[in-house]
Amino acid sequence: MSLGTDVDPSVTSPSMFASRRSRLLRGRRGLAASIVSSVLILGGLVAVFYVAPGGATVRYYFFNPHDMWLSFVGNPSNGLSSVGIGLLTNLWIFLVAELLVLGFGLLIAWTRMSRSPVLLPFRILATIYSDVFRGIPIILVVLMVGFGLPALQLGYLSNQSIAVYGCASLTITYSAYVSEVFRAGINSVPNGQLLAARSLGLTNASTMRRVILPQAVRTVIPPLLNDLISLQKDTALVSVLGVVEATRAAQIYGSTNFNFSGYTVAALLFLALTIPMTRFTDHLIARDRDRRLAQT
Amino acid sequence: METVLELDAVVKRFGDNEVLRGVSLSLHRHEVVCLIGASGSGKSTLLRCANLLETIDAGSISLFGQSLLDERVDPDLVRRHIGMVFQSFNLFPHLSVLENILVGPVHALKRKRSDVRDEALDLLDRIGLRDRCDDFPDRLSGGQQQRVAIVRSLAMRPSLLLLDEVTSALDPTLVGEVLDLLRDLARSGTTMLIATHEMNFARDVAHQVAYIDRGILVEQGTPEQVFSTPRHESTRAFLERVR
Repeated sequence: MSLGTDVDPSVTSPSMFASRRSRLLRGRRGLAASIVSSVLILGGLVAVFYVAPGGATVRYYFFNPHDMWLSFVGNPSNGLSSVGIGLLTNLWIFLVAELLVLGFGLLIAWTRMSRSPVLLPFRILATIYSDVFRGIPIILVVLMVGFGLPALQLGYLSNQSIAVYGCASLTITYSAYVSEVFRAGINSVPNGQLLAARSLGLTNASTMRRVILPQAVRTVIPPLLNDLISLQKDTALVSVLGVVEATRAAQIYGSTNFNFSGYTVAALLFLALTIPMTRFTDHLIARDRDRRLAQT
Repeated sequence: METVLELDAVVKRFGDNEVLRGVSLSLHRHEVVCLIGASGSGKSTLLRCANLLETIDAGSISLFGQSLLDERVDPDLVRRHIGMVFQSFNLFPHLSVLENILVGPVHALKRKRSDVRDEALDLLDRIGLRDRCDDFPDRLSGGQQQRVAIVRSLAMRPSLLLLDEVTSALDPTLVGEVLDLLRDLARSGTTMLIATHEMNFARDVAHQVAYIDRGILVEQGTPEQVFSTPRHESTRAFLERVR
């Protein structure tokens, strides 16, 4: 036998590597296959609500169009809050918390990464801060801040509305998460960039501002948006303080009318807020990947 | 001739690893000194110590006769007089070619953007890349990027240039264009300290060649002396290996 590879000519043929299955999934038949599989899977999921023994009950208590509408618009004369208007509270809490979180998060990251000996106490505090608040369930932070701060009787600090305490709790917790995201981003910038900037005589602060941060921010945008999506949803947690936002309004509707369709409405409204953002994040991630592939 | 940079008995350790073991070297105005030696011999570290990117453990460094180890010396001000070019270019990927060149003069030297812009375009013209000024670095070839990096450090009007194996990361076909630019700079009297593995280039361009082995400057002399009649056995062995 000869050394090396050899193929019997009789086994080679033009269709040697063609598979029946791969041809099936391409072209018009592929389209048909994807439609059929989608209808089967999605239809199957919906069918659960119809074949389950309690299906009718759940449909009535969670998906009743009449109650969904009533809970959405509310009834002020009845003292019934609207889930739709409640969502506006979620929205402002989110927007305010978001801006504060981005600012504090960056500040904490910057502090933790500083090397100046003068900043040592701040560095220690920042480290403790991010350890502590990443480790406590948000709902506990909300409860402790929401009931604790007013009880301290610290004048202005203790005289805010409960929604403000809710917003503050979310800011405190999410700043800890986001600071870690920023820190990872800053660490991801190659050391050569720092050397190049410093060798041009840029100061430490200029190097951060002109060279490191612009590159870091670009890489952290997808994980950052993920955290902001979570923040958007977690605004529902301030309801435990009694803030009448979407979730709380739905709860009130539910306990007054013995129908939980308000929860479904709240869920749909949250989806309407978060889905554009999740889609946008995925789009950025895909674009990033394409760019990286194009470079290599 | 005026002494630009003077290193005296410089020692640098990373933990237990002594990378520079008492290196002395001086560089005069308009002089080109090439550092040769195996990878890991301490060439890069020496360059980094020279512009204070690394702090040395013993010895002294002075620029124009002024000690750089003085507490009152601001490293940022020192580095504005010393250009540095790296093996892996280290252009800023988020800035256009032109902005890469402007960032130092504008933000470190606080010069007027419009003045520097004209100078930067002239510099790009000299390396034939003026029409690429708005491109981002990743659109350029390695050789083009490295030439932009050289121009970026020249835009600071440095008193000397430190070049750290600037052709080592390049495709062999692109090495020539970068070395040609360096030859031009040498001819026009740029003071340069060049760490390199390109022996022919060092022979052509250098006024002085210094051979470093495991953190010790073994011998220094004109290219003719070092390449043709090396005095030390280790220099001879090294030249034998790279030939």
